[in-house]
Amino acid sequence: MDALLLQILNGLDKGGAYALIALGLTLTFGTLGVVNFAHGALFMLGAFCAVGMNELLTISTKVKDESITFFDAFKEVPILEAKFPVIGPIIVDYSVPIAILFTVPIMLLIGWVMERGLIRHFYKRTHADQILVTFGLAIVIQEIVRHYFGANPIPQLAPDVVAGSANIGSWVGLSDNVVYPWWRLIYLVFSLLIIGATFAFLRFTTFGMVVRAGMQDREMVGMLGINIQRRFTIVFGLAAVCAGLAGVMYTPILPPDYHMGMDFLVLSFVVVVVGGMGSLGGAVLAGFLLGILQSFASMTEVKAIIPGIDQVIIYLVAVAVLLIRPRGLMGRAGVMED
Amino acid sequence: MNASTLSRSATSDWVLLALFSAAVLTMPIWLAPFGANYPDLMQKFAIFGVFAIGFNILFGLTGYLSFGHAAFLGVGSYTAVWSFKLLSMNVLPAILFSVVLSGLFACVIGFISLRRSGIYFSILTLAFAQMSYKLAYSVLTPITNGESGLQLSLNDARVLDAAVGIEVTRSLPTPNLFGLELRDEAAFYFCAVVLILAFFIALRIFRSPFGMMLRAIKSNQTRMAYTGFNTRPYLIWAFVISGMFAGLAGSLMAVTDPLAGAERMQWTASGEVVLMTILGGAGTLIGPVIGAALIKYFENILSAFNAGALNRAFEALPDSIQPFVVDTVGLFVGDGWHLTLGLVFMLVVIFLPGGIMEGVRRIGGMFRREDRASVPNRSTAPGAAIDSAG
Repeated sequence: MDALLLQILNGLDKGGAYALIALGLTLTFGTLGVVNFAHGALFMLGAFCAVGMNELLTISTKVKDESITFFDAFKEVPILEAKFPVIGPIIVDYSVPIAILFTVPIMLLIGWVMERGLIRHFYKRTHADQILVTFGLAIVIQEIVRHYFGANPIPQLAPDVVAGSANIGSWVGLSDNVVYPWWRLIYLVFSLLIIGATFAFLRFTTFGMVVRAGMQDREMVGMLGINIQRRFTIVFGLAAVCAGLAGVMYTPILPPDYHMGMDFLVLSFVVVVVGGMGSLGGAVLAGFLLGILQSFASMTEVKAIIPGIDQVIIYLVAVAVLLIRPRGLMGRAGVMED
Repeated sequence: MNASTLSRSATSDWVLLALFSAAVLTMPIWLAPFGANYPDLMQKFAIFGVFAIGFNILFGLTGYLSFGHAAFLGVGSYTAVWSFKLLSMNVLPAILFSVVLSGLFACVIGFISLRRSGIYFSILTLAFAQMSYKLAYSVLTPITNGESGLQLSLNDARVLDAAVGIEVTRSLPTPNLFGLELRDEAAFYFCAVVLILAFFIALRIFRSPFGMMLRAIKSNQTRMAYTGFNTRPYLIWAFVISGMFAGLAGSLMAVTDPLAGAERMQWTASGEVVLMTILGGAGTLIGPVIGAALIKYFENILSAFNAGALNRAFEALPDSIQPFVVDTVGLFVGDGWHLTLGLVFMLVVIFLPGGIMEGVRRIGGMFRREDRASVPNRSTAPGAAIDSAG
């Protein structure tokens, strides 16, 4: 029972990441009609926002090391800690949450630039062309990040206050040995909040209403006199923000490295396809479902029965869904069914 | 149909084949100024040329974008190495079994994937490629030896060799063609011959009614169905053929270097062959080979331009701007060659979707003004959709 709870939490946690990324992907596909293979790169950029913020906050200066009296030794101390001995370390410690605040405008800007500069010209072209050009863009972004940050994973730390584990066993009534890292719980709550905010935005604002109408029938919206093209940039920016936030929050869990975009890209496409391309609820649902499935498949008992199942279960589910019900769990009937 | 396809005849095809063979077989000579005439690189040109030709038969002719061909490359490699271990160091059984096995594998995957089209097909092949890769690393390690890769060893069975009476040597044997050891130059010529054969097969497919059907599928598959043609067998055959080419390329990789690793099966390796085909020109005959050669050239030569070589190259510049120039150019060469590749690829897809061959055709078109009155306007001709198929 303990293991079960842990696996469910693990699955929900991973599922939160998948759901957030898939949400952005299906938003671009449903509204803009663009298949964006650079979405994984946006996730990676979000993660590297955290890395960059950390480097910014820990710009160091040489300070005399008092503990070594033998000779004059200097150690590197972040300027913030040196100038502000009380509040400096706190700021450095909270670099990930601060990065979250700054990720939103940064990702909005990046999404705006991407849409204006590139994606806009590919609305009329075939899906294959969109895939190819965004694939090229993903490679370019990946290489730029690798040039500036190096090829090694750069671990980021959660703030000290949440760096430990929560005693969830005692909350639920199980044994006290069942613990789960605080940050992962926060991540789960946070991803649910972002998903909720996106849905609220789409449902309760006029802008969101226009976007939803555009997802249903773009031509009709144009005929009603609404210039939906102008809203595309903002939608793309929103999708980029979703991916970026998923990335920046994920850094304490998985050390960011330049290749993580491509790894998550395949998974996010699988999630979108299982949920139904163009269906927002489907993407979220499929994200959580596949996260939990993958978690259960990596339990040792399950692996004993069918070895290697944890690696391939997601792809098997994708193949099954694509063959049996191509519109996905919650896709609209007739969308992209051949 | 553009002028070149109308005026083709059997003679012009043979001329093309002869020219191509001559160019490939004399590669050690004319590649010398580019610094690319060492056997390892030329073998890679040939191997990835075969891979790209096969992929082009699927993507260039039918328009179906598959991200799963790296799996067939991997299957070909592993089969070849297992043939080296179990049967004989002779390359012919290895290649034969590789092609057959990857063809079977492609049949299974193609049968499932081709039930959908467009982006769903791409994602299906992507899923299968990732599945094969993950399985090769985890569950199938008895067959694939996981991360360490499959290697030859001295006490391999090599049944056929023992039956014929070839004795076990002290060091690891090299693949041979009935006794002719395939190292360096010999291996390159072997790969070159295979490339020429592959080109010949692709040429015949392009000019055959089968190739015509594939092009028709690309232009409008629904209409094909309405006129009574069952498109599925053609698609499956195209997929299997391209899978067999991929397996052939994989076996050649094992012939030149008897080591098979699972990293060849990652979907990003499939992305590499997509890059090669698009860069050269999808749907053309020579385009994929050119694309493959260019990308492999970039990979090996451009990535060797480290800071030292750059400094030497720009020695003539005044000292004030030399570091600046070296730094800027250094972003795009050496370790940053992937960046150059990505940028070039994006530029090609945005501005020149037909690849290098389209560029060549456009430049040739600028010089061929006399026929403008007689050739109908291309963009409105009904065959414009098929036009890009070359």
